[in-house]
Amino acid sequence: MNRFNQLISPRFVYRCLNRLLPWCLSFSVILLLLGMGLGLFGVPPDAQQGDGFRMIYIHVPAAFLSLGIYSIIFCCSVIYLVWSLKIADICAKASASVGALYTLIALISGALWGKPMWGTWWIWDARLTSELVLLFLYWSYLGLRLSIREEKRAAKAAALLAIVGMIDIPLIHFSVEWWTTLHQGATLLKFSKPSIATEMLIPLLIMLAGFSFFYGTILCIRMRSELLKREWRSLWVSEIVLNIQLNTKA
Amino acid sequence: MILNVLYSVVCRDITLYCQRRGEWVVPLLFCVMMVTLFPVILRSDAILIAKWGPAIIWLAVVLSLIWSLEAVFRLDYQEGILAQFVMSPYPLPLLMVAKLVAHGIVIGLPLLILAPLLGFLLQLSPAVLSALGLTLLVGIPSLMLVGALGAALTLGLSQGGVLLAVVVFPWMIPVVLFGIQAVMSVANGGALGAEILLLLAMLIVLLVTVPKAIATALKISLG
Repeated sequence: MNRFNQLISPRFVYRCLNRLLPWCLSFSVILLLLGMGLGLFGVPPDAQQGDGFRMIYIHVPAAFLSLGIYSIIFCCSVIYLVWSLKIADICAKASASVGALYTLIALISGALWGKPMWGTWWIWDARLTSELVLLFLYWSYLGLRLSIREEKRAAKAAALLAIVGMIDIPLIHFSVEWWTTLHQGATLLKFSKPSIATEMLIPLLIMLAGFSFFYGTILCIRMRSELLKREWRSLWVSEIVLNIQLNTKA
Repeated sequence: MILNVLYSVVCRDITLYCQRRGEWVVPLLFCVMMVTLFPVILRSDAILIAKWGPAIIWLAVVLSLIWSLEAVFRLDYQEGILAQFVMSPYPLPLLMVAKLVAHGIVIGLPLLILAPLLGFLLQLSPAVLSALGLTLLVGIPSLMLVGALGAALTLGLSQGGVLLAVVVFPWMIPVVLFGIQAVMSVANGGALGAEILLLLAMLIVLLVTVPKAIATALKISLG
């Protein structure tokens, strides 16, 4: 247990994040550039959708990670509520705004893609609606955190909110699906996922990895600053701050 | 023993609500005003009103219920009674359910009676009216449970009511969707089908899980 405590001490985590950051950053830049290059120029246009299909390389990674990050927040929240590990809460807090951003990117890119392909920016389809509700879940999480001044209460209340929200996601999806299947059949949205060709799949996977590393980069930066903010009383923080001041003067 | 305690909690809350009439009269007024606004907007177009009337009434009930739920814990929180509840030897989830029962009797029941009357005003058919009453009978307790969880999380915050609505909104979507869907299918000449059963199933699941979550949230909010 002692060893474990050492592993999660703020100072150690800060150092790890410092180490990880350049790797995450370089990987995300390389992978995103490579994926975009391949996706834009390397892959032939789609037989039906032409060049429009290239939106997939933004849309799918963002949509995938929007849900993935919410599950990370959920796991962190459970860990925080059960073992009250502060690092878990910091991770959840740092993840939430990136998750909301990815959800927004997924919605906007989806709208841009939908206009030429389906002839409409937006349609109240099950998947679109549940993605929108996911955005609302992120917003209510962020809103609750913003509204509670007291650090500990904000952390715990937000954790509970995230857990209830996670349980709610399948319910929402199911209810929305039920509602759309009653209201309208698949008229516009006969868009069953095609088994994608391998040469189109590879840039998609690269972009997915790039988006993940980008999330990791932002996570490192935000967790670092949050750690400094919360531990401002401790010695190691003042050492770091002093070092930075000395460097800038020299 | 425990039943006596719960009964006394219910009685106490009802007495308090009788003393502070604003807390349950104002949401009811809000509900009535919101529903009467719609025929004016729809220019008393009978077809449109008949089509959308049930959904409008459902929405009005949902909104007034959310606004009313902010008050469930407010006074007890300010006077420190809530801390006593948390420290008492009796199970906190059950005590909170008792409080919600009192709230249901004082605000839920009048809303339940009011909804068909408002439906009468919108000239809905008897079949639709009964479907409206039935779905609200199942829907209101679910909404109250979910709303009370939001109220427990946002206890004593300055943004209070609006924050509560924002927090609770995503959780209420399934209940509201199924409730409105059930009434609309009756209004379109169908029968009350699987939706009401799904609503009932959701109520049972919420009844088992949410009180515990409310208790946890209260403990978090009280620190």
